[in-house]
Formats: sequence, structure tokens, C-alpha cells
Amino acid sequence: MAQAALRSVCAKALFTSQPLRLFVVPQRCHSLTRPLLKKEEVEVTFVKANGEAIKTKGKEGDSLLDVIVNNNIDLDGFGACEGTLTCSTCHLIFKKADFDALPEKPTDEELDMLDLAYELTETSRLGCQINLTKKLNGLEVKVPSTINDARSS
Amino acid sequence: MLRCMSHSLTIFGRSITTSAVHNKGAKICVVGGGPAGFYAAQHIVKAAPDCEVDIFERLPVPFGLVRFGVAPDHPEVKNVINTFTKTARNPQVRFIGNVSLGTDVSLQELKTAYHAVILTYGAEQDKTFGIPGESLSNVLAAREFVGWYNGLPQNKNLLVDLNDEAVVILGQGNVAVDAARILLTPIDELKKTDITEHALAGLASSRVKTVYLVGRRGPLQVAFTIKELREMVNLKGCSSVFEKRHFDGVPEMVPKLVRPRKRLTELLVKAALETEPSIDTSSKIFKPLFMRSPLSFQGSTSVTGVELGLNSLHGADLENQQAIPTGEKEIINCGLALRSIGYRSVCADPSIPFDNKKGKVINEHGRVEKGVYSAGWLSTGPVGVILSTMSNAFETGANVVEDIKKKVLDTTESKPGYSSIRSKLDSKGIQVVSFAGWERIDEEEMRRGKMLGKPREKITDVQEMLQVADKGDTIAVKG
Repeated sequence: MAQAALRSVCAKALFTSQPLRLFVVPQRCHSLTRPLLKKEEVEVTFVKANGEAIKTKGKEGDSLLDVIVNNNIDLDGFGACEGTLTCSTCHLIFKKADFDALPEKPTDEELDMLDLAYELTETSRLGCQINLTKKLNGLEVKVPSTINDARSS
Repeated sequence: MLRCMSHSLTIFGRSITTSAVHNKGAKICVVGGGPAGFYAAQHIVKAAPDCEVDIFERLPVPFGLVRFGVAPDHPEVKNVINTFTKTARNPQVRFIGNVSLGTDVSLQELKTAYHAVILTYGAEQDKTFGIPGESLSNVLAAREFVGWYNGLPQNKNLLVDLNDEAVVILGQGNVAVDAARILLTPIDELKKTDITEHALAGLASSRVKTVYLVGRRGPLQVAFTIKELREMVNLKGCSSVFEKRHFDGVPEMVPKLVRPRKRLTELLVKAALETEPSIDTSSKIFKPLFMRSPLSFQGSTSVTGVELGLNSLHGADLENQQAIPTGEKEIINCGLALRSIGYRSVCADPSIPFDNKKGKVINEHGRVEKGVYSAGWLSTGPVGVILSTMSNAFETGANVVEDIKKKVLDTTESKPGYSSIRSKLDSKGIQVVSFAGWERIDEEEMRRGKMLGKPREKITDVQEMLQVADKGDTIAVKG
């Protein structure tokens, strides 16, 4: 449903002059240009600082930021720059083994933004830069407390 | 259908509530429609769904430094506006533009009308050196220069003379780097941005070739962040040139540093020592200078140079060394000098508990006094990126909600809220601007931008903003 909605929004954004400022920027729709049929669902768990685990699903090729957005996961302030590598609010902390197994290493630009993240660890990444693959099925990542203060829930 | 999609696409996962405005919850007002104000409001309406939050803004247009501070060639940073817009369209929230604290309305009046007042009006005054020649023409605050190219109404007529080849920027923070980048970026790149037409015209005929970025300490103490430095070293048609002697011992320090200083220093070392600048005659030059403090601005009417005193660094903690003058002096000739050594907040209303020395409101975690709170740069001092302001504003918002729940704030007492403030504004003949009014300005600015092949051409005149905004709508006064 979310996927279909996103697709139709992208189409609208492309084919009408009417600005759709509330919605995600078109460049973040890249994953939708791939064939939809072959995409498999990948299960991901986000663990908030207060211990609450949110189990959810994304599609292959989606970024972890896409997964949060498409599933309406309630994390205040997450993804403020909407995946354009200009903030560090989609900071996520991986388990060491998962971090090492990620297919793409962070670029300098991602590390530049991570430098400014709170609670930075050796296994930190930006969610907007991690695209789901089948191998990541069952992934569990920690959401730092500064993004989702326990008092806000 | 659109509404349904907006639900599935909420960036921060919070759906727009469709309930009507209640009268039973707390009435809260925010003073300052920048990032701190919008983030505080966002947090409060989510955590306390029966609250009403009114955001007062001095200008007719919202978003503060996201509109007037963020550089035009950083449009991605402005994506936060999408979230602010969503907050503003929440039925619990009301945006009221063109209202100034201290002149149009007093803090006491707001305290009488609302259960809580959150001050988020930022830090607008630039710090000065207090040295001879500071009032010469073309000695400007970097902040004014930024306001000029970003369309801040008070800076639209700023006289910026770009006829000399050299510019000296005093300060080594991100604002200083932004100003340098705008001065050195090829004009064809700037044309694609929402930079104001008057600035574009000035920059198109600019003769500036070299921009000096002067800091009183060394490479280990620079205040800019790595993204801004990387942009400079990668800037098209521009070479970054460093004085190698100031990097003695610095490469050896890198392994002992921690992030973010570690990676920033690594990049500085790489740019300074491992990259040969490829300077041809057409190339522009970005030249950071270390260990120098300004002593005076030279010139009779307009600045012709900056006199600098050389410093040496002292102290065992290399990252926090102090600059001590050596007594040596030098003069760098220039036709424009920009001062970029930080800001301070102003005390907008005499009843605000204010620390004049630090230039910020006296507060503890955003609590100022009973019923008065603060957030953002007014609260913390003018440092940090959008993440810092966001966290700080969320914290203040959480404290307001906690004080409501713990009954520190008596919300059983009935407060008139906006209706009483509105009647005072009406009696003074002040035209207020609703969020719908801003959306008309927004639409008009995008229309004008389209004609110029730009994403937006900002309206820089307050009267014109008010005319465009005023198409007969009114801000609902119920509650």
C-alpha cells in the first residue's frame, strides 16, 4: 500500500507542475524503478533506546530510512534532511557482525555527517545509506536515544 | 486519496490529526518561527494532543535561519521545511507572522494570555572586535553578507563592494566558510540556486580572486566542520592554499585525536601538505591563515586592508591551546572585510531574565521561570547544526509537557490565548500573516523563480510580503 502510494506520488511529482512539498523528494524514489516482482521482503527490527523493539518489513533495495518512512514508524526527528546526506538524524547503530557484513562501506560524505552524530560508535551508519538485501533479513539495529528521547514516547 | 497518501508518507511517522481545536488543553505560545520554535511545537503537539500552540514570528515568513541562514547552494538542508510545514498545518498549531516581541506585544501580555511562553527567537546580533576602523565602509558582519545573498529584508540594500581582488574573512567557523564559498563559487553554479537576484548581479561582476580565512589559533582549533571544508577543497575553479609551516607537528597529532576532530584534521593535513595547489591565472584562491588576530582595519573611508597581530600557541593540551600575541604585525590588503566571530542574542523584552555577558537567556534545560521556557540558540548560545537545535528544542518541549502533567503549570486556569493578543494587535493596526498567507508568498516566490530559471526568487520587502500574503483570509481566533 505504502509502496503503491509512493509510486503514484512520484509519478505525480514527475508529471505535474504542482509542487508536492510535503512528500519525499523524487530522488529518493530510485528503488521503485527496479522490477517490483522480483523484490523480496526483508525483516528489520529497530530497537529504541527504551528497549522497545519495532519489528517491521522492507523491500530489497529500500534504504533503512525508506523502511521507517514507509511503515510510519514513529521516531521523532528521524531523517530530517530526507536522505540527502546533509544531517545525521537517521543515525543507526549496528551489531559488529552485521556492520562488517554490510556490502558497501561508508563514503567520506557519510562519515562526515556521522562525525556530527550524537552517541557515535564504531558500528554507526546512516540509515539513508543502507539498502536492504536478502542477506540482511532479520537485521536488528539500535536507534540512539537522542533521536528518540524516552520521554517523548 | 492525497490525504491517505500523506498518512503513509509521514517522514516522522506522525499522522496529521484531524480533530478540531480543543479549548480544554494548555495554551502555549512560541516566540520565533525558526527551527527551534517549530521543533518545540512539533514535540508538544505530539506529546500533548490537547494543547494549542501558537507560533509568533517577527517577519511575515517562517523558518528563520533555514530560509535566511542556510546557504543557497545547500538546498538539501532546507528539506526540514517539509516537516515544519506539516507541523504548521496541524490543527493544534497556528502560525502568526509579522508580530515582534518587545514592540508589538510584551512578554507580560503573552504570559497573561498563555499558560506557557517558549522563547526561541535566536541570536541575531553579531559580535564585534572593538578595534579601530571597524566602522569603515565594506567592513561588514558575515551575517549581513549572508542576509544580503539570502534575502533578509533588513540586509537587502546592503552595499557590498566586490571590486577588489582580495577579501579578508575574520573567523574560521561555518558561516565564514559559507561566505567564502559564495564569493568563490562560479556564477553559473549560483544561478541555479535561490540566491537573491541583487546578490547574483553583484557577484556576477565581482573581481574577487582570493579569500583569506583568518583564525587566531591553529589548524587544530578550527571551528568549521568537515563537510564545509571538503566542499572548499573540491570547489570548481578554486585552489585551497595553506601555510605549511603552521602544520608542524600536526600530522603526528592525528592518531591521538578522536572524531570529529580526527577526521577534520586528517582532511586539513591532506589538503595542506599532500595536495599541490594547481594554480593557473584563472584560478581563484581560498587561503586559510592561522595564528593571527586583527588589530585594526586600514583605510580612510572604505577598508583597504586589515592589520593583523601574529600569535603563538601555548598550553599543554594541544587541542585547547591559547593564542598569545608575539608582537609581530602584518597587513593584508583587501577591499572587503567580513567579521564572523559569532553571535549573541538580544534581550527582546526587559522582563526576560537575560545574561548580558553571554548574550543568551538564563535557563536550565530550557526552563527560564514559571511559565517561561527557551530553546535553540537563544537558550544555548549560537553553536551547533540543525541536529543540536532539534534535540535542544525537543528537550524544552518535553519539559513543558512534563510541567503540564506534573501540574507545575496550572492549566485549569482559563487563559484567553490568541484572541486577547489578536485584539491588542488589531487595536495597534498590525497586519498578521497566517500560514496560508505564507503559502501565498511561497507560491509567488516560486512563480518568480520559475521565470528566472531558479527554484525561487525571494521577496525581500516586508511590505510586499504583506501585500502578497493578504488576500482576505484571517487567522481563526476561536479558543
